[in-house]
Amino acid sequence: MAQTTFEEISAADFFYRNRDIAGFTNPSRAIFAAVRELVENSLDAAESAKILPDIYVRLSYEGEASQETQIYKLRVEDNGIGIQPKHVPSAFGQVLFGSKYKLKQQRGTFGLGGKMAILYGQITTHQPAYITSSTGLAKIYSYKLMIDIQKNRPLILDRRVLINKRQWRGTVVEFTLEGDYFRAMPKLLDYFKQTAMVNPYANLTFVDPKGRLYKFARGIKDMPDPPKETRPHPYGVDVELLQRLIQITPYNNMHEFLRNHFHRIGDITAQKFLDFSALSPSKNPKRLSHEEIVRLMHNLKKFKDFLPPDASCLSPLGEDLLKAGIIKELKPEFAVVHQRKPATYAGHPFIVEVGIAYGGEVPKRGTFVIYRFANRIPLLYDEASDISVRVITAMNWRRYRVQPDMPIAILVHICSTKVPYKTVGKEFISDRPEVRKEIANGLREVARQVQHFMSKREHVDRERKRLGVFSKYLPRIAQFSTKLAGKDKPPDIERLLKSVKQFGDEETEE
Amino acid sequence: MAMKKRKSSILERKKEVLESLEKFGSDIYGQMDSGQFPSISMPSRSTENINYDADLRQFILGDRTVKRSARNIRHVKPFTQLTWAAMFSNELASQRKTSTLRDVYYSAQAYEMTFTDQQESNNIITDLETVLGYSREDFNIFPEERSAVFGNLVIEYTVPGYEGRTMDLTSHPDGVMIGPALTSSEFVKTTADKVIAIEKGGLFTRFVEENVHKKYNALLVLTAGQAPRATRQFIRRLNQELKLPVYIFTDGDPWGMHIAMVIISGSANAAHLRELTTPDAKWSGVWATDIVNYKLPTDPLDEMDMKRLYELQKDPRYQEDKLMQREIKTFMKNKRKAEQEAFSRYGLTYIVDEYLPAKLEETKRK
Repeated sequence: MAQTTFEEISAADFFYRNRDIAGFTNPSRAIFAAVRELVENSLDAAESAKILPDIYVRLSYEGEASQETQIYKLRVEDNGIGIQPKHVPSAFGQVLFGSKYKLKQQRGTFGLGGKMAILYGQITTHQPAYITSSTGLAKIYSYKLMIDIQKNRPLILDRRVLINKRQWRGTVVEFTLEGDYFRAMPKLLDYFKQTAMVNPYANLTFVDPKGRLYKFARGIKDMPDPPKETRPHPYGVDVELLQRLIQITPYNNMHEFLRNHFHRIGDITAQKFLDFSALSPSKNPKRLSHEEIVRLMHNLKKFKDFLPPDASCLSPLGEDLLKAGIIKELKPEFAVVHQRKPATYAGHPFIVEVGIAYGGEVPKRGTFVIYRFANRIPLLYDEASDISVRVITAMNWRRYRVQPDMPIAILVHICSTKVPYKTVGKEFISDRPEVRKEIANGLREVARQVQHFMSKREHVDRERKRLGVFSKYLPRIAQFSTKLAGKDKPPDIERLLKSVKQFGDEETEE
Repeated sequence: MAMKKRKSSILERKKEVLESLEKFGSDIYGQMDSGQFPSISMPSRSTENINYDADLRQFILGDRTVKRSARNIRHVKPFTQLTWAAMFSNELASQRKTSTLRDVYYSAQAYEMTFTDQQESNNIITDLETVLGYSREDFNIFPEERSAVFGNLVIEYTVPGYEGRTMDLTSHPDGVMIGPALTSSEFVKTTADKVIAIEKGGLFTRFVEENVHKKYNALLVLTAGQAPRATRQFIRRLNQELKLPVYIFTDGDPWGMHIAMVIISGSANAAHLRELTTPDAKWSGVWATDIVNYKLPTDPLDEMDMKRLYELQKDPRYQEDKLMQREIKTFMKNKRKAEQEAFSRYGLTYIVDEYLPAKLEETKRK
């Protein structure tokens, strides 16, 4: 695995050489990935303190780079918690630095995204990045920095401290990068729209290089509770994580080590487990040999008496917010959502949320429109490989009176402390039986509601048609019979029309 | 023979038709005005409800009725079409204008009452006939005309522009078309003492040329195959109003025989109507036995002919008719058929000079 070589070569160097895996594959993907990483950092920075996010993104044209690529300046502003001044250089100038090693549901996973974007910008344009941040206290700190790729260290070119007169709080990141905006544009706009859908409490503003303003306004002021930090569950650990924990642990015996670093391990369970794996409780974890660590990892997975992880570390959107987001962005005729109960795969808790929207601004494409999300990030690439798409394709939709030619959007959101991505690019979810089952059950639940809606709609349609028939023909019968009977004025048919109508209204009421 | 006393029969009937249309409209108007969904009942025309009445000697509809209600989502459209058809008929009849089933189909479109197809509009007209008991000719809706009449009968037109004008039906040697103008005419006088109905145009022309109308004192009617309803009604009037016996000459095959039977006893399709039949009319030939007796040149009966014979044998209209039954058996035995023109082997006038008087004499006695 990549991480095991960090100490040998610089992490920055490693990612420089392997930038494909972080999503910076080509000039259009690079623009997309850079915007996405910074926006997601900003969202996290606001949400972690339950601040309603206000995020401003501007991409401006700086000049030609080559025939197909241009230089752009990317600026992302947020109103998040801000960064302590001493952490700013590392947070943006050192790859794999960050707070994201503790376990809670977060958008990024490796502490990689934002720095990768800056690194990419530096590689392609040789320009420094500008970071300005304040935690809302007296001062604003502004840095001009570059990354020393070989050493994986920030190079501070300039540092300024300003008086924070207006108690501004947040972070502004600005740097230049090479890319191809016009190729990236459709995906980027999709990204904003879908991000707005699952973050309905956020204000998102995007100004593109042509000066066009895209505004995705906040639709609701409720926010989900921020996820709680949790310790790793024993079923989910690997050797790498064990080594990391052993390195940082202040405890010098196995009993304390287990009890304090793992989720669902208390005094009794620790004791039972140590008996089970024939380890002395007083053994110093730092003295474990590599073989012992590997054995420990296997035993942690084999031991049956750990409780499954609890889901308090997860922050699903919740049915109300999900529905609000769908309604805000798609204005559908009808929307249903459903949140599954927490489940686990390989020691990682996860929650699946699904939704179906019908009509309104849902495009009619001849196939379902599928929106995939993981930890509130839209997944826009490699749709066909995604587990959700496979589940959706395998379902018998006709049972639910749903046809592919209907304007139907299906939304699947998975949140987890460790989203089972198939690749580092984080574009699609791999096929895990536990995850598959949750998605399928969730979709069946909403599909049943859609079925109910569809049959009700058919009924309303039928009633409307029925009414239409009567209101078309009754006046004519009146007209013709008046003429036949030689009368001057037509009979009063209001009562008749009313009686059909009343009947119709009753039938269509909820 | 003058028939002045019957002078108003046509106008009276027209009046009755108009009254029945108006009543139909008033009923619907009244129901609606009193807050009810209008509905009508009429005899069912389904096959199970069509019975043969041996006394009337025609098919009639049984007791089963169907109800059409504007309350019923499936009925409201046909009900509207029916009301429209009544209104349209009322306009035609009161303005003394004629039209065809095809006209009806297209006219509906002017009222945004488009019929799906011709069949649908035809059905609605038949419904109207069933509800009111009058045939569509009474509503001035006529089929394509092809039959004709020739002979010593003076008629008086009632159609607009010709009211009071008379015409002698010998005035044109091709005969006078039995169309709306003729069928709505009053009979003024005639010297004829019989009616001879003929299936085919060629023979009709021969009869005119050979002065059959004079020699045998007859009115000649060309049915041109199966007689249209207007023609059947016309023949009935000649029989009923002028008390003229009717003799029918057709080809000597099951189809010709049945042309005669429809004039006599009507058809199942018209079971909802009366006054289209002439029960006392006689089929005078060509019989199967004539084919033998006159040694006529023949063709073999084919499969279709035989099948038709079996059907007719079981048909209730044929049950009481000993002559018809005998002829059916003879056809079946000999398996031969002959056309009226077959008499030409004995010379063109043989049929008029020899066969016709013999048959008139023979069927008169029956």
